[in-house]
Amino acid sequence: MTVAIIQFGGSNCDNDVLHVLQDVLGIDAELVWYKEEKLDDYEAAVIPGGFSYGDYLRSGAIASRTPIMDAVRKMADNGKPVMGICNGFQILTESGLLEGALTTNSYPKFKCEWSYLRVENTNTPFTSMYEKGQVIRIPIAHKDGKYYHDDPSLQQLEDNNQVVFRYVDENGNPTEAVNPNGSRHNIAGITNKTGNVLGMMPHPERASETIMGADDGLLMFKSMIESGRK
Amino acid sequence: MLPEDDLKIIVEKMGRQPNNVEQGCFLNLWSEHCSYRSSAPLLKSFTTTGDRVIIGPGDDAAIVRFGDGWVLALGMESHNHPSYVDPYNGSATGVGGIVRDIISMGARPIALMDPLYFGPLNTPKNLYLFEHIIEGIGGYGNCIGVPVVRGEAFFDERYSGNPLVNVVCVGLARQDQLVTATAQKAGNKIVLIGSTTGRDGLGGASFASRDLSESAEAEDRPSIQIGDPFTEKLLIELSLEAVAEGVVKSCRDLGAAGLAGASSEMASKGNLGIHIIADEVPQREAGMNAFEIMIAESQERILFEVEPENVDYMLQLAEKYDLNGAVIGELTERPYFTVEFEDKTETDIPIHLLTEGAPTFERPSTPFTVKKDPVPDAAGDLKQAVLDVLASHNMASKDWIYRQYDHEVQIRTVAKPGGDSAIQRIIGDRGITLSCGCNPRHTYLDPYEGGKGTLAENAMNLAVKGGRGLALVDCLNFGNPEKPDIYWQFKYAINGLADAARDLSIPVVGGNVSLYNESEEHHTAILPTPAIGVVGEVENVSAVPSSEFTGAGQSVILVGTTKAELGGSEYYNLRGSPNAGDVPQVPADMAAIVESLITTIRAGKVAASHDVSQGGLAAALCEMCGYVGVKVNLSEIAGDMSAEELLFSESHGRALLATDDPDAVSAQLGNIPHVVIGTTGGSSLRITVSNEHIEVDLDEIKNARASLTRLMME
Repeated sequence: MTVAIIQFGGSNCDNDVLHVLQDVLGIDAELVWYKEEKLDDYEAAVIPGGFSYGDYLRSGAIASRTPIMDAVRKMADNGKPVMGICNGFQILTESGLLEGALTTNSYPKFKCEWSYLRVENTNTPFTSMYEKGQVIRIPIAHKDGKYYHDDPSLQQLEDNNQVVFRYVDENGNPTEAVNPNGSRHNIAGITNKTGNVLGMMPHPERASETIMGADDGLLMFKSMIESGRK
Repeated sequence: MLPEDDLKIIVEKMGRQPNNVEQGCFLNLWSEHCSYRSSAPLLKSFTTTGDRVIIGPGDDAAIVRFGDGWVLALGMESHNHPSYVDPYNGSATGVGGIVRDIISMGARPIALMDPLYFGPLNTPKNLYLFEHIIEGIGGYGNCIGVPVVRGEAFFDERYSGNPLVNVVCVGLARQDQLVTATAQKAGNKIVLIGSTTGRDGLGGASFASRDLSESAEAEDRPSIQIGDPFTEKLLIELSLEAVAEGVVKSCRDLGAAGLAGASSEMASKGNLGIHIIADEVPQREAGMNAFEIMIAESQERILFEVEPENVDYMLQLAEKYDLNGAVIGELTERPYFTVEFEDKTETDIPIHLLTEGAPTFERPSTPFTVKKDPVPDAAGDLKQAVLDVLASHNMASKDWIYRQYDHEVQIRTVAKPGGDSAIQRIIGDRGITLSCGCNPRHTYLDPYEGGKGTLAENAMNLAVKGGRGLALVDCLNFGNPEKPDIYWQFKYAINGLADAARDLSIPVVGGNVSLYNESEEHHTAILPTPAIGVVGEVENVSAVPSSEFTGAGQSVILVGTTKAELGGSEYYNLRGSPNAGDVPQVPADMAAIVESLITTIRAGKVAASHDVSQGGLAAALCEMCGYVGVKVNLSEIAGDMSAEELLFSESHGRALLATDDPDAVSAQLGNIPHVVIGTTGGSSLRITVSNEHIEVDLDEIKNARASLTRLMME
């Protein structure tokens, strides 16, 4: 299978994701510049982190309105795995592929640090290789990562098991103290209703080799590839 | 206005009176900032060559061989005055400028470091400058995806009214794809790509070459550039794509003195002339005249020399990346800098006169006399003294700062910030280690020893991680060189740095000089600040010792000799006697200590290692006590020193090593002075000095070290 890594102007984790897929996992992956309009040849897509369009206007807002996002939407509709990391998550909410919104951190500065996440749902193409309730270590790096969703909808999101990752302490408790950005319900990552579109603020590609501090993120890419092969 | 003497030389060489546009070009290119007029003779004392140096000073950035066909690009710059006037944009564009210098060599920027110097955080203005300078660096670096992996934040009264923002950038390139700023061939086209040109940053080079006045905020705002990191990121990718394609013949970023600077310097390096058609420059504002177009320091612009047949390729590439691109001129055989605007010739200047004609000179110097403070009385409560030193903003944890930097993007950052030096993997297990900064208080009391100590301390930061220094870049920040005692500081700090560089075999491959750092508002000159950035190589990034103790029961070895050297120390400063005592002298066997440490660390028997410097042994021990405590007895090394001297002296060439195998480590250290001073374990730091006992809990250490974060989060 071949994974498309979507490159917008200002994407800056594109080569990092490429490195993990290609060099660490030995998977075919290609950088696809945003002016491409077709993604028919790819089995999965990753929208990497960065500052598409400099975060001007609103994080992810401009990228979400580019033609390539129609092609991403088509992949999502066809059930192919689509993963948005950090700015990729922001682009997915801006484009309506995921619910809710990402707003400025409660302490309104950029924050780069390691966080613990609890895997809430293993029934997705991205988490099938984890165990439910497993606590993993993955770093965050963002200024606009506070997940917000309206009240009845947020409960529906929970009820549908669309919350995939939550910020927790090392023992797996989602406390206020370890919520790095003020996200509602300590939410770090969600999927769409069908589970094949994932958005998350933490960076699994930065936790995919032990030399970088942890390789807990690698299973996410492996899970995605496994499911893409099916 | 051009100084009378300069105008005389120009008239004589040109055989005529230069017109207004020409005079403006000279004013900026002959500025201290661009021409190193009063520093060039002194900078000659640096050794700039070495086995690994491919390109030394003089190009956009230096190039050092890493191996396996890879080279490192290295550059350092200051953006001091703009950061005072507009802290966010000033510091942001400081990052942008040095990053473009790296790109211009055909290298991908892979790491940044930022040594910063501020007034104390007890006034709203200093807090404002601090907060927004950090935010500017983060805002720019994060957006372009280049991690800030190390820095320094130093606080002293004498930076109020003139904070310093220095930035080091490291790039990575294939040796066979290197590009320089030397123009190659007459007839080749000059393509300008990037942002449009506006009136921002007019006369920045000359603004940087005078003192900061009280009204600088209002008057000099037009000299400040506004950063656009998004465009910079596109420019990075465009440049690397064009370089990989092999079409770029030469390249220069537009920095000080704008288009006039970059275009004339490129051509001059290639012994060619250049003809610019200013009308072709994409402009942001209507009605700009030729002088404004040529001198504006609008950011995010790069000049490329390409062969005529590759012009279309470059313009298409610009279109791919949604950037402005225009052919604005060509290289000529006739060695003149000519600018045409609205069908009229605006300048016709002999190119070498413009780029190299500024007379340089050594200025008069007289020793700077420091009024000595009395030596403070004994501390009384030693434990409180330790906690006070830890909680001083100079010593405190900088996590509030580095948390705002995306220090992990590009997934090379092996050691997280806060340790001695950054560790970045390059290929497989091979990597580099980076350190930066200087000690301004030592340098103030003794410029020569301060300059020397600057490199000794940075080399130790690398050595304790097994890193051997490859090259250094400097940023020499001083006051007004027209004052003989300031010039004396400048001269002796350079001499000290140059001697240490020779002794440690680390060539000085590039840098920047920032003079006139004085504040009219506070009637102060900055402390002499010879900041440097050093890059070293690490054989195995996965085998680098931690900076904190990792387990109980390990022997702790103190390497080096502790002497009663409290002059310029953090401890004396906190006791209100910053100018008491004598500063640490770099030991005669410094090179041997560094080399021995490198060998010892690389042998793999050391679990944790940390350099001992600012704050002395007490601070170094506390910093290692993150999760595991330690019990040490310093009586054996006490000699006739007081407890304060033992704990807080900042003697150079010292390190702490923790190991399970002290005999093996001791054997590796050989005849380098070292002694086992204690054993790790427990949940506190326990120090015995003669008949005094100090115990500090890990929580107390953590709490003291959190002082800066606490202040900023309140």
